[in-house]
Amino acid sequence: MDTMRERFTAVTSRLLDEDPRLAVVLAEIGRDGFTRAQGRHPDRVVNVGIREQLLVGVGGGLALTGLRPIMHTFASFLVERPFEQLKLDLGHQGVGGVLVSAAGSYDWPAGGFTHMSPGDVALLDSLDGWTVHVPGHPDEAEALLRHAVAAGDDKVYLRLSEQTNQEPRAVDGARFLTLREGRGGVVVAVGPMLENVLGAVAGLDVTVLYASTVRPFDAATLRTAAAVAEAADVVVVEPYHEGTSTRQVNDALADVPHRVLGLGVGRRELRRYGQLDEHLTGQGLDPRTLRERITGFLAP
Amino acid sequence: MTNAIRTQTENGVAGFGELASLMGLMTGAEKHGPAATSTLDALWVLYDRVLRVSPETAKDPGRDRFLLSKGHGPMAYYAVLAAKGFFPRTWLPDFGTYDSPLGHHPDRTLVPGAEIGSGSLGHGLPLAVGTALGLRAQGLDDPAVWVLVGDAELDEGSNHEAIAYAGAAGLSRLHTLVIDNSSATHGWHGGIAAQFQAAGWSAVTVDGRDHEALHRAFTAPHPGRPHAVVAQVEPKDTGEPKVA
Repeated sequence: MDTMRERFTAVTSRLLDEDPRLAVVLAEIGRDGFTRAQGRHPDRVVNVGIREQLLVGVGGGLALTGLRPIMHTFASFLVERPFEQLKLDLGHQGVGGVLVSAAGSYDWPAGGFTHMSPGDVALLDSLDGWTVHVPGHPDEAEALLRHAVAAGDDKVYLRLSEQTNQEPRAVDGARFLTLREGRGGVVVAVGPMLENVLGAVAGLDVTVLYASTVRPFDAATLRTAAAVAEAADVVVVEPYHEGTSTRQVNDALADVPHRVLGLGVGRRELRRYGQLDEHLTGQGLDPRTLRERITGFLAP
Repeated sequence: MTNAIRTQTENGVAGFGELASLMGLMTGAEKHGPAATSTLDALWVLYDRVLRVSPETAKDPGRDRFLLSKGHGPMAYYAVLAAKGFFPRTWLPDFGTYDSPLGHHPDRTLVPGAEIGSGSLGHGLPLAVGTALGLRAQGLDDPAVWVLVGDAELDEGSNHEAIAYAGAAGLSRLHTLVIDNSSATHGWHGGIAAQFQAAGWSAVTVDGRDHEALHRAFTAPHPGRPHAVVAQVEPKDTGEPKVA
């Protein structure tokens, strides 16, 4: 199976042939995959060098002329370093673009914390109007990329990861999927957390919602699921900072007595290298630990 | 274009002599007063004789772009836009009030003719680089892209990124106007123009109050390279802190 990033590069290269409005901005990272596309479209595949503020500023300028820019690098350099550029060069200018990140929360654990960005989605939550896609499979990444490119002038963040579910789901770029229904509570699994969550809740009488688009937050599906359960108890399992979507759950259930548990990556630096699976365990996001945390919360 | 004709006062279009009174309509902005007048002459020469943009062509893809990066003290900018008819001069007295589209830093979504919203320093030049790239990618090789920055604004690292890249990429339709009122604390060793030249730009330094010198600098040929005009004006000396 290819990775989400490989799929992104291949599909975007084809979209550049088809869509004269599309442009790609890189800051060295990922440039090799776009060598051929840059040869065919030298004016619409721009590598600005190791300049992440310029990466986003250029994207904003391209958008001001009517193009649809895709900006791509590791999440830490795409969202955290040039955060004011995202705020001002896109949002404040009233233009949009597509941010496509890689490396996520711990895709390259041996690289350490410098290349981890578990706070990316929480940061974007401080800005207005961003759509956030968190695919769990390369097929979903492709579908959501196509949605993002076609989304007019919207501001879209596509968070790619090495962490992948074995099977793709039929995502539509907007709604949560109801994978299982139960009466003992609602578990929302975001993107690549799905299979660990399914393993964790095996045999439990709970509803499982699958979220590959988390902003806007599909409050309607959550409300429906919570109404089926005996109590509006909700667990959200996210591959980035724990609690990032807790506010959205509270807002969705504002008029319903409810409880919510946010699981995800802690703020504390682990200061560990190793492998992705070891970090999932280190964060308590492996199936066994997830089951303990979920049942501990949902059990009366 | 008929820039020469538009310098005549017609249909409410004002001349340079009226800018002072237009600026006088804006009150409550004393903080940025000196910063505003530093740009007045250069802005006027650009809009009056160089830029191919008017209220009628403000949305035309083929227009020239002017990006005010140094959004501090925009009174001269607003006065010039009002003088050229981009918006009614009756807007000016309400400058900075809740219902006014004219803030102490401009918002492109509120101000007709404003290409970018600015105020936070170091954003205009990267946006201008992207604008130049975007026009080129669409075969619009004719429009010029101008961005105005302050000399202290060049301290921002984002500008260093943009200057180095634009020079290397040979963005010949990109132009930077640096208003140099000696407000940078540390300055640039060797001077501002030399820094642009070292990055592969064409660059010239002129008297920022001399309209003919400004015009010559603005229209100087610079084949294959972006062009910087450093307009020197009297040093800023208000005792106010420098604010990013």
